[in-house]
Amino acid sequence: MLKTKKSLGLGAVLVTAGLLITACSSSTDDTATSTSPEPSSSAMESTSPAAGGADLVVWVDSERADALAQPAADYEAKTGVHVEIVGRDNATLKDDFIQQANSGSGPDITMGAHDWLGELTANGVVAPLELGDKADDYLPVALDASTYEGTVYELPYAVENLAVLRNADLVPEAAGDYDDMIAKGEAAGAEYPFVVEQGAEGNPYHLYPFQTSFDAPVFGRDDAGSYDPTQLKLGDGDQFAEWLGEQGKEGNMSTEITGDIAKEKFTSGDAAFWLTGPWNLTAATEAGINVAVDAVPAPGPSAAAPFAGVKGFFVNEYSENKVAANDFLVNYIGTEDVQLALYESGKILPALKAAADTAAADPLVSGFLAAGTDAVPMPAIPAMGQVWQYWGIAEAAILDGADPDSTWTKLTSDVEAAIAG
Amino acid sequence: MTNTSVETPAPHSAPEKRLKFNSFRIGPLVIKIILLSTFNAIMAFLMFTLASQGSWGLVAAAAALTIAIDVIYLNKRMLPAKYITPGLVFLLIFQVFIIIYTFYIAFTNFSTGHILDKDDAIQSLLSQNQERVPDSASYPLTVVDGPNGLGFLVTDPAGDALVGDSETPLAPVDATFEDDKAVATDGYTTLKFADVLQVQDQVFNLVVPVSDDAADGSIRTLDGSSGYQYVSNLLYDESADTLTNGTTGVVYTDQGNGSFESAEGAELLPGWTINIGFENFERAFTDSSIRGPLVSVMIWTFVFAALSMLFTFALGLFMALMFNHPRMRGIKIYRIMMVLPYAFPAFLGAMVWSGMYSTSFGFINNVLLGGANIPWLTDPTLAKVAVLIVNLWLGFPYMFLVTLGALQSIPEEIQEAARTDGASPWQVFRQIKLPLLLVSVAPVLIATFAFNFNNFNVIYLVTGGGPRISDADIPVGHTDILISLVYKVAFTGQQRDYGLASAFSIIIFVVVATVSIISFRRTKTLEDIH
Repeated sequence: MLKTKKSLGLGAVLVTAGLLITACSSSTDDTATSTSPEPSSSAMESTSPAAGGADLVVWVDSERADALAQPAADYEAKTGVHVEIVGRDNATLKDDFIQQANSGSGPDITMGAHDWLGELTANGVVAPLELGDKADDYLPVALDASTYEGTVYELPYAVENLAVLRNADLVPEAAGDYDDMIAKGEAAGAEYPFVVEQGAEGNPYHLYPFQTSFDAPVFGRDDAGSYDPTQLKLGDGDQFAEWLGEQGKEGNMSTEITGDIAKEKFTSGDAAFWLTGPWNLTAATEAGINVAVDAVPAPGPSAAAPFAGVKGFFVNEYSENKVAANDFLVNYIGTEDVQLALYESGKILPALKAAADTAAADPLVSGFLAAGTDAVPMPAIPAMGQVWQYWGIAEAAILDGADPDSTWTKLTSDVEAAIAG
Repeated sequence: MTNTSVETPAPHSAPEKRLKFNSFRIGPLVIKIILLSTFNAIMAFLMFTLASQGSWGLVAAAAALTIAIDVIYLNKRMLPAKYITPGLVFLLIFQVFIIIYTFYIAFTNFSTGHILDKDDAIQSLLSQNQERVPDSASYPLTVVDGPNGLGFLVTDPAGDALVGDSETPLAPVDATFEDDKAVATDGYTTLKFADVLQVQDQVFNLVVPVSDDAADGSIRTLDGSSGYQYVSNLLYDESADTLTNGTTGVVYTDQGNGSFESAEGAELLPGWTINIGFENFERAFTDSSIRGPLVSVMIWTFVFAALSMLFTFALGLFMALMFNHPRMRGIKIYRIMMVLPYAFPAFLGAMVWSGMYSTSFGFINNVLLGGANIPWLTDPTLAKVAVLIVNLWLGFPYMFLVTLGALQSIPEEIQEAARTDGASPWQVFRQIKLPLLLVSVAPVLIATFAFNFNNFNVIYLVTGGGPRISDADIPVGHTDILISLVYKVAFTGQQRDYGLASAFSIIIFVVVATVSIISFRRTKTLEDIH
């Protein structure tokens, strides 16, 4: 009695388990047949594009997911390739992609920024693209940024660079140079003539336009146009350092001004000028500020050239759908309609020339376009990591009153040692 | 299974009723069968998935776990195991596995540039070093199926059609054109885009020589509709396991360091993950640029954990003594206010504090200190004081609650007896209350110490570890504790070193375990007082 009962129980467990397995696997079978290659004969005969058997998984910044939904559906209608847009947290996107690229659970394509390229190529997770004759359709800075050591890896869709937002109600005219900006801001009676995001550890990205105005870029370029870690040009920045020290003394810039404080001062009308990027434009206009976008006024002899950040898409080196992925990026995301759809969701300048021209009808966007005329791509080479590590700390120290000359010399030697080390 | 209840001593209720009820206990059995079946089905599905990915070790582990659980729950004897198994399983998955995995990573070079296995790294190197022939044309391309399998039908810049496959170089053919692009030719079947996708792996890897001269390169296509002329800058020699640069002739070999290196020591990235033994631990203790900060961080971690524990205990105890006074009015309101910081989310608290410390915009300098200019977060010493204050604010309510409870459990008679014997209030506290209190509170103190030893949130949210130690080789700050240092080494910057970070984690684990074991031994002696 006992035995029968027990074996009955065991049998029931096995039967139920078996049923559940078949239930699960039958559903997976369905998807398996649709993705796995069909016998080539039937594939040859099929004329309907819907028979195309590839699924693309695309990871995008959650804020762009909605903008891509319609283009993805259109692409599926056109080619039969189903594109699954997966919105992900932008803060962890790069790390997740690097960790999962070759695990089989990674995406075919990920959205990203060009300055990830050093890390992505060192980890071997991105595949080269070939734009062919379409390369000339992109803004030069976008193409430049998407190229790493002579090879294009990124399909660019947006270009971001800093510009100066001006409260046009306080200051109706653009400033000629940096001193003029401060003077105009002071004349307008604003609590802060000019704000720029810094912080306890500095923010060299936001100070870079001023630095280039003193002819001190970070790296020189080799013959092929790539940033060359052996040509460190930081050392030319002693004049910039001195100027920065003065700004700290006069209180025009301060490590106390964090991003939030800068935003708060400008959006409440307490600051006349705000050096920031297109990502803060909406905050300013929504606060009811009459915003104008100007180029960064130069404090030194040369023009102030900000860094350009180029957003785009990368193909996973370990994707099994590379032909579809390349076609989707090069021949579809690289079209004006899709670039404009992405532009509409973020109001950031498109990377495709034709789309950029259309978008520039908006004076705010054309302001950023003009401010980015001299912009150079932020270096993506690993040596740049060593620069970031010391750069902001040194600039913050100078703003806080440290001796500009010796601090800058120490910065240069620290960076040199770290790159060599 | 239903028989288990028969063996248990019959309850006080009428035996017949119990038996009758017993015969109807089919429900629990059904539930059990459903639960176990679901579990088995999930595990079987998991094993199939794992097996298809070739993770045989995990398949074995999953199988062992499934069998063990089935045995335990289908067996009527192992009653204790039935209760502790779920806990044990979760312990294995969420604790033991993570510890073992951390140990494993600590002995590898897993870091930026070394996250792949060797085959993937070679694939990636070869793919990154496909270089388009300078000034070469782009070829509108059609994928075709011919006598030697897949091939390319391309249109050259002059508008002529050429066809070739992996064995035969491009050769002129007559073709049908559509918009100046050759789309079909005799003897070959044209593949539409949908068909190309069915075989896209083959198409992507198909290499068609331009001519008999290898220097001309070969045609490849990335998107299935346009072809370009490429030469490989790196050639992999499988038998010798070397990579050769086609232009410079430099040979890169695997010298056991997890990457291909030239004779001059130039390293090709990506490399791959290898086991490097104790190298990470050696670096942590011998590399002076790491050891220096590591030692100072470790000292500060102990100081931070010990002072946080002491201060919160002292303040909590003081408050508890005050609010334990029987004649105090409105005691409940005070107690509720006292517990507020504890009820407040710690994340929020820490971030609000961080804002209040701001030198020229913060509440503390502007309002409390009347416009003072104290660099709370940028001066190394003050920053340490600042995090201790925040941690005190966050931590004392808990100590207050615990000590209040412990104080109330100390019998009033003992204190009365002491007072009758002429003891001063201080003596009563020092010699009666505190020792009795410590017996019950000591384990809490040890736990607090261990918790603060790894109190990542407060450090990260209040100071972010800063101000930075400017001459250290790793991005470490004056208020960094070990766990925030681990985070910075593993997850910030362009050069991630997961191996080194895991080695640090193991060092932390050893330290915390040692401290805890010694402390718990000590508390045993306290209990002897009781």
